[in-house]
Amino acid sequence: MILEIAVVLLGLGVLLLDLWTPAEKKRELGLYAAVVVAGILGGSFLIDAGADPRYAFGGMYVQDGLSLFFKRLFLFSMVIVLVMSTEVVHRIKSGISEYCALTLFAGAGMMMAASSNNLAMLFVSIELITVTFYVLVSIQRSQTRALEAGVKYLIIGALSSAVMVYGIALVFGISGEMTFIAFGADGALDAKNCLAGLSGQYAGNPLFLAGVLFILFGLAFKVAAFPFQLWAPDVYHGALAPTSAFLAVGSKAAGFALMLRVLFHAFPEIAVDWSTMLAALAGITILYGNLGAIPQRNLKRLMGYSSIAHAGYVMMGVAAVSAAGQSATLCYLGGYTFTALAAFGVIAIVSRSVGDDDISSLAGLSRRSPFLAASLTLAMVSLTGLPPLAGFFGKFMLLKAAVEASAANTAFYWLIAAAVFGVIVSVYYYFNVIRVIYFSSSEGDDSEIEVSQPMKLVLILCVAGMLVLGLYPNAVVDLTVSAVRVFTF
Amino acid sequence: MNNLTLIVAIPFLAALFLAFIPRREKDLVQPVAMMATLVTMVLAIILFVRFDAGAEGYQFVFKAPFAAAVGIFFHFGVDGINLGLILMGSIVGFAATCVSFGEIKEREKEFYILLLVMIGGILGSFASVDIFMFFFFHEFALVPTFIMIGVWGRGDRKNYATFKITIYLVVGSMIALFGLIALYLQAPEPRTFDMAELARIFRENPIGANEQNLIFPLLMFGFGILVSLWPFHTWAPLGYASAPTATAMMHAGVIKKFGLYGLIRIALPMCPTGAQNWLYVLAFLCLGNILYCGFVAMRQKDLNLLIGNSSVAHMGFAFLGIASLSLIGITGAVLVMVAHGLLAALTFGLSGYLYNRTGTLDMDKMGGYLHGLPFIGSALVMAMMAGCGLPGFANFAGEAMVFFGAWKPFPIITTLAVWGALVIGAVYMLRAIRKILHGPVNEETFFSIVDATDWRQRAPFALLLATLLLFGFAPRLLTSKIQPSAKAIVNMANGVDARIATAASLNSASDDDAK
Repeated sequence: MILEIAVVLLGLGVLLLDLWTPAEKKRELGLYAAVVVAGILGGSFLIDAGADPRYAFGGMYVQDGLSLFFKRLFLFSMVIVLVMSTEVVHRIKSGISEYCALTLFAGAGMMMAASSNNLAMLFVSIELITVTFYVLVSIQRSQTRALEAGVKYLIIGALSSAVMVYGIALVFGISGEMTFIAFGADGALDAKNCLAGLSGQYAGNPLFLAGVLFILFGLAFKVAAFPFQLWAPDVYHGALAPTSAFLAVGSKAAGFALMLRVLFHAFPEIAVDWSTMLAALAGITILYGNLGAIPQRNLKRLMGYSSIAHAGYVMMGVAAVSAAGQSATLCYLGGYTFTALAAFGVIAIVSRSVGDDDISSLAGLSRRSPFLAASLTLAMVSLTGLPPLAGFFGKFMLLKAAVEASAANTAFYWLIAAAVFGVIVSVYYYFNVIRVIYFSSSEGDDSEIEVSQPMKLVLILCVAGMLVLGLYPNAVVDLTVSAVRVFTF
Repeated sequence: MNNLTLIVAIPFLAALFLAFIPRREKDLVQPVAMMATLVTMVLAIILFVRFDAGAEGYQFVFKAPFAAAVGIFFHFGVDGINLGLILMGSIVGFAATCVSFGEIKEREKEFYILLLVMIGGILGSFASVDIFMFFFFHEFALVPTFIMIGVWGRGDRKNYATFKITIYLVVGSMIALFGLIALYLQAPEPRTFDMAELARIFRENPIGANEQNLIFPLLMFGFGILVSLWPFHTWAPLGYASAPTATAMMHAGVIKKFGLYGLIRIALPMCPTGAQNWLYVLAFLCLGNILYCGFVAMRQKDLNLLIGNSSVAHMGFAFLGIASLSLIGITGAVLVMVAHGLLAALTFGLSGYLYNRTGTLDMDKMGGYLHGLPFIGSALVMAMMAGCGLPGFANFAGEAMVFFGAWKPFPIITTLAVWGALVIGAVYMLRAIRKILHGPVNEETFFSIVDATDWRQRAPFALLLATLLLFGFAPRLLTSKIQPSAKAIVNMANGVDARIATAASLNSASDDDAK
């Protein structure tokens, strides 16, 4: 809890500080906030991840290895996003401090989502994330594209929230319970007072199942998975690069944290029954994202489709309904965080200096800034899922979980085929970006692109993260394996 | 850090070092890369000499965790099968770094970093005893290949070639990866990716026949695409023709052997039943390589496309040796892999040398070069002769062994393959010699050629030729080391161990009945 409180306080502090900061210094607010968040991230390592889960607020809130894993992920992405926000200051008319504060609030929402153990808590944390993102997406008030993106996000977001509330109401109405999981004083599962114990007996009740399905649809919106994936390309395109980055890594990871908790804590029996359906959703999402990305000309739109595809890959791990799948999910999300942040970081810098974020604006990047070129290339390779980067190891773990699941459920062969096909298609469009970076030369400007020191540092951090997760994932695998132990009870 | 680990690590360390060299120090780049590959090669030669052919199992073993929770380790080791490949890979790596000296004149730093990553990756792949690492290291070459062809490549179709080669290779490796994961999951918990361990497990408890029949074709076609198995070979000639010399040498010579090595090391011993059912398919497809690609090579006007197609055709012999499932055939296949690696590197190196002087590889525009190129020309003649299987070169020894091994199971295919090797190969190789080196002098290009005089230019070719001749006259140096390891694989693949085990259990069962 202390971590979330610290982040919220920091957000309020940034808003207050804004009043006393002279206009020309406001640009640096993001950097200071980033340093403080980095401090909070460091502090989070004082908390013992291996300790028994601790509950608060009548069991609504849980602190365990899983929530800590996600919270560190969110804190890390906040640091990077806040530093990145200094690259886009000139585009924000309403002031950088609001932008930073909203980012921090959204981050706090994500951290709460990671700790949710109750449907009400789930809904509140999701709304905290979504509502702040409505504002963040359309913060460039003078840009029609940003407003369009905001409206699209708002409409689909509101729709999915409505569906989700309806689902929660159905589940609560039938079972009379909202808590995911609760343990009695003797340490055994308190079967009467939590969904984990009750859901088994309602597994044949169509209304109850409809409720669970609706909740899943609500989460599908957060992670940009089929059938609520339509918003992603438009919103990623219209929003500022750091916002899109935070949507891609933070919001998506929060959605998956909740999806894991909902499926494997609240409705474990139903998750087993629905393995095939989840696999189908994952497969469709992979195909949609990858095929949609082929004709894209704009980098952020491309990343939007790619984020859909990645949501599909991660869902493979969820659909496998196994410890291997769950730990693969975490592994993949960890790698994706570094990768997507690096990609958006470079996009933010390039679009500031070129004034455009089309793929063609990358032409000649390998001469203008070898460092940025190498970073973006590594990010693209990692997104494709090739060794030695994080993306490969994550995909390998997911594929392993899916192949393992295929022994019992032949539907997974189709999912594996879709995933393999997706990877092959993605080679085309990710390598097209590399092609533009290295093979084509820029027509006009050939001057060097300036990279500020903080940006350079965060990009190096992201690249190092990609390489470590790809070349020596031993510690991270151990971490994810122990984090998903919470699902065995 | 033992000898073997250093062989893998040095290219990567050199690449890392180069990444931090300031851009203005570009005269430093090539020497650093050359020194690194030279040291790697010397270490590999020492490894080869110190290898003990009599000892069982892997030697020079190094083990460190990669992801211990799922059973993946940095586990390096050599036995008779990969020893020759590591030696060959490091020699070709050194030669490739040498020939790039005159060719790469812009963005040297990036080029040598990518080349070193490629060399380190493939050596790591050959040295790995862990299935995951074996795959992992191979994929290091993918992105360097893409960028190298795109930036330093030649021809107006290089853009197309980059995507074609990359997509083909990803398709092949994804299929193979699927097969490898499926194989890994057949072992009981706690699972491991260790090849030696898996081989032991599957020898005692063979995988079910149904699973084998599924996994073996995945591996066969996955690896097959990476080795340019007909009809999935079209990426290779075009890709090599568009690549800079060093990339073509590394790819055609060394990296392509990955798939063959995987078939021999993993697919055959671990899926023997699947192999029995599927290898005749491989035997038929390898005829496609030998005959079809041989005919295609005959029609080429461009020297690089000719060499590329002939290199694809040569892969057919290695496939045939594997399909024979006999000790002599597999030993021959490994020998072919080593010999072809050296040969492909030599021919691509020489054609690259010509291209850099004349700017064209169109054979109609060449002629009479032997007058102006005593050293390069003779090397080219020798390479071409080795290519059509002249005794005295390692290729002859390997191909002959393959034919001996394959005669018994596939007499007709072997007859056709022998014909393909001797007649078709001779036709296109001899024709190329006549057009390029003999014949009337073509004045358009003749005066731009200069022979290699400096030791730096001669060394790579002399080294490759010397190794080819060494293993050609004394193939025993290799075969005596390959044979013990190949024997273990052939026994497993033919189910000898399993048969002995079943026979023993049958005997004991009949003993019980008698009682």
